[in-house]
Amino acid sequence: MAKMRSWSLKARVALAVGAVLGLGGIVVLSVALAYGRQAAREAYDRLLLGAASDIAASISIRDGAALVDMPASAFQMLALAPEDRIRYRVTGPDGTTLTGAEDAPAPPRQEGTGPVFYDGALGAEPGRYVAVTRRFAERSFSGPVRVIIGQTLRARQALARDIAGGALAVLATAGLAIGLFAWLATLSALRPLQRLGQALARRDPVDLTPITLPMPREIAPMLGALNGFMGRLDRQAAASRNLIGDAAHQLRTPVAAIRAQAQDAQEETDPARRDRLLARIHERSVGLSRLLDRMLDRAMIIHRSDTAPRSAIDLRDVALEIYEALEDAPGGAAIRLDLPPGPVVVRGDALSLVEAGKNLAANALAHGRAPIRLGVAREEGTPLLFVRDGGPGPAPAILEGLGARFASHAPGGAGLGLAIAREVAQSHGGALRLGPREDGFEAALSLPRAVA
Amino acid sequence: MIRAALIACALMTAPVAAQELVRDFGPESATETLRLRSTTDIAVLGPVIERFLESRPGLRVAYEQWGSNALYGLQASDCAAGRAGADLVISSAVHQMVDLVNEGCARPHRSAITAALPDPLVWRDELWGVTREPAVMVYNRDLVPPAQVPRSRFDLLDLLRPTESPFRGRVATYDIERSGLGYLFAFADSMEATTFGGLMESFGRSGAVATCCSAEIIDGVAEGRYLVAYNVLGSYALVRARRDPRLGVVAPLDYTLVLSRAAMIPSTAGQPRAATQLVDFLLSPGGRVALEQALLIVRLEDGDSTALDLGGAAETLQRPIALGPALLIALDAHKQALFRARWRDAFPETGGAAP
Repeated sequence: MAKMRSWSLKARVALAVGAVLGLGGIVVLSVALAYGRQAAREAYDRLLLGAASDIAASISIRDGAALVDMPASAFQMLALAPEDRIRYRVTGPDGTTLTGAEDAPAPPRQEGTGPVFYDGALGAEPGRYVAVTRRFAERSFSGPVRVIIGQTLRARQALARDIAGGALAVLATAGLAIGLFAWLATLSALRPLQRLGQALARRDPVDLTPITLPMPREIAPMLGALNGFMGRLDRQAAASRNLIGDAAHQLRTPVAAIRAQAQDAQEETDPARRDRLLARIHERSVGLSRLLDRMLDRAMIIHRSDTAPRSAIDLRDVALEIYEALEDAPGGAAIRLDLPPGPVVVRGDALSLVEAGKNLAANALAHGRAPIRLGVAREEGTPLLFVRDGGPGPAPAILEGLGARFASHAPGGAGLGLAIAREVAQSHGGALRLGPREDGFEAALSLPRAVA
Repeated sequence: MIRAALIACALMTAPVAAQELVRDFGPESATETLRLRSTTDIAVLGPVIERFLESRPGLRVAYEQWGSNALYGLQASDCAAGRAGADLVISSAVHQMVDLVNEGCARPHRSAITAALPDPLVWRDELWGVTREPAVMVYNRDLVPPAQVPRSRFDLLDLLRPTESPFRGRVATYDIERSGLGYLFAFADSMEATTFGGLMESFGRSGAVATCCSAEIIDGVAEGRYLVAYNVLGSYALVRARRDPRLGVVAPLDYTLVLSRAAMIPSTAGQPRAATQLVDFLLSPGGRVALEQALLIVRLEDGDSTALDLGGAAETLQRPIALGPALLIALDAHKQALFRARWRDAFPETGGAAP
């Protein structure tokens, strides 16, 4: 049993939710990191630009030279990233450093007049720089003066981490909530299955009646299948029981008779009487074997009726097959076929139907009067497979009990044949109709119409 | 390089001689030697170092006393060359220390003690303010009547205003071209309030004297050559005022600049572990007691133990010179040139007048 156990549903849901959260977490984290980095970069780039513009604004021309009256506000602005090192440099039109550190890297390209942001080293650490150009056109001084200012990235990284961390905290909280809800949902979804399991466990071992429990739509088919399965089991068990019962019931008398006659024959000394006795034993044995055939047929038919696949068949083919099968039987030539011109299609198992029809026809041959007609018809749209004869049919009292299993009033198991026909009709969703007509007696299988 | 040129200038103005004084502390047999370079007088900081070594028998401290500009130049070149030199540097020229840290010449260290420092006194976990020394005004008690003692910069301005003022020509302050500390104080003043502009102008009109070095200025006040000295480092003034009843010390009431000598561990330090121990010691309660005894930490809050005339200087009036990149502006070539030019307007003949 242990081998049959696969992953529990809870584990599957947990795995799925975990995978979603894990993948989502990676995606969210990378997005949050990228976003945080972007946001931090923009925020601190603005700070850098503000400081650089501040410095650029403080440049004045005195005695034909650019003079930077470095504003404290620029440094205070940069000090908003309190842990970061700073490097700045102001260069004149010829590229010489006016003030600041020589080793501040120059911007990668010089196009346009707008500020240029770029990454560059600040000592051993990576840094971010901005270059702002201010153009002078004085009589004594003309040309661009460039302010380069940069700082290390500690504050940016801290801010990016903060942003990503916040996003991750939200995700973790959401993940916990989702996990909790998934767990609760799984529990609630599995509860009907548990109820079903308990209902099955509580059941009496021989109770195969359908289970009636309110089930969610998703599980209802399973319960339907289970009930169908149990129904088949029930029918098959009943069939087996019936077979055994029939066998016991129906075989006991003929076998006892054969035994008694065989004993008589053993004790008989007169050869002529013994021959007669032997002939009777033989006759009874043949009857017995026919009875056995019927019983086995019936068991087979009942088994088939539950298991054989249904297909669209023309009842006229069924009638023809019955006709051909009975042609060689004693008196079979007396049967006449009565078929309509068009097909009469039903959904069913051809073999079962042929068997049922043969039984009806054999009954008519055995007990009815000529003319015997085997045919197919539609009565108010309902397909019929019928066997009619010219006789009055069985007496009403007998008719009442016909079709039941033990109604073997006729020798040779005619009642059994009717029982088979009834079983087949019922397993096809139809019925066995027995009744007198104005011109005789009719036994007919009325079957539901094939749908499309 | 501008900075290199600056350093060269500084080295030329300062005596080219290397360290001014050297002394070793601790046992000869010690296995480890910590090389400490500082601008602080060995006599002042020495007892603190001795206290530090009391519980560390295996450690020896080689104390080198340097002028601030020479020390700055040496550390910058050590850093550029990746040369192991000092294990710990303590300088009163905190703008130079900020520049060294900004150039990536320092090694970070973080402990519970450094983490407890207020923001203005720590930068990047690489630079720590270890002392608290107010910039004070020193006056001569004999020559300045109590009613005239300046309690604030405004008082000083008022004293200098009358054309017949006895204070004319008898107010002294540091010459910023010869004293790094004087430059730092003057620069911090200029950043702090517009009062400084008026003060400079007033100094210029009244013929105030700019001269070098704490000791000389305080001597001048004690001897009566100067009546008031402005922006003198409180630690030196208080040491002298303790022994010399002629000296009075005032923490200005409008605001009081407070200098914290900055300590850093160079990135090239050979004994960083011992250096971090010394930093932690200086910042620890025991180290602070020792620094207070050396008057390197002046508690402005309770004046009764010192000769400092507080006039109720509350903490809100204290302006600590914050260790941070904003101090870099003090080293900017153009800014320095502008500032010196402004200074020169007020003290046109300082160089010649200084004795």
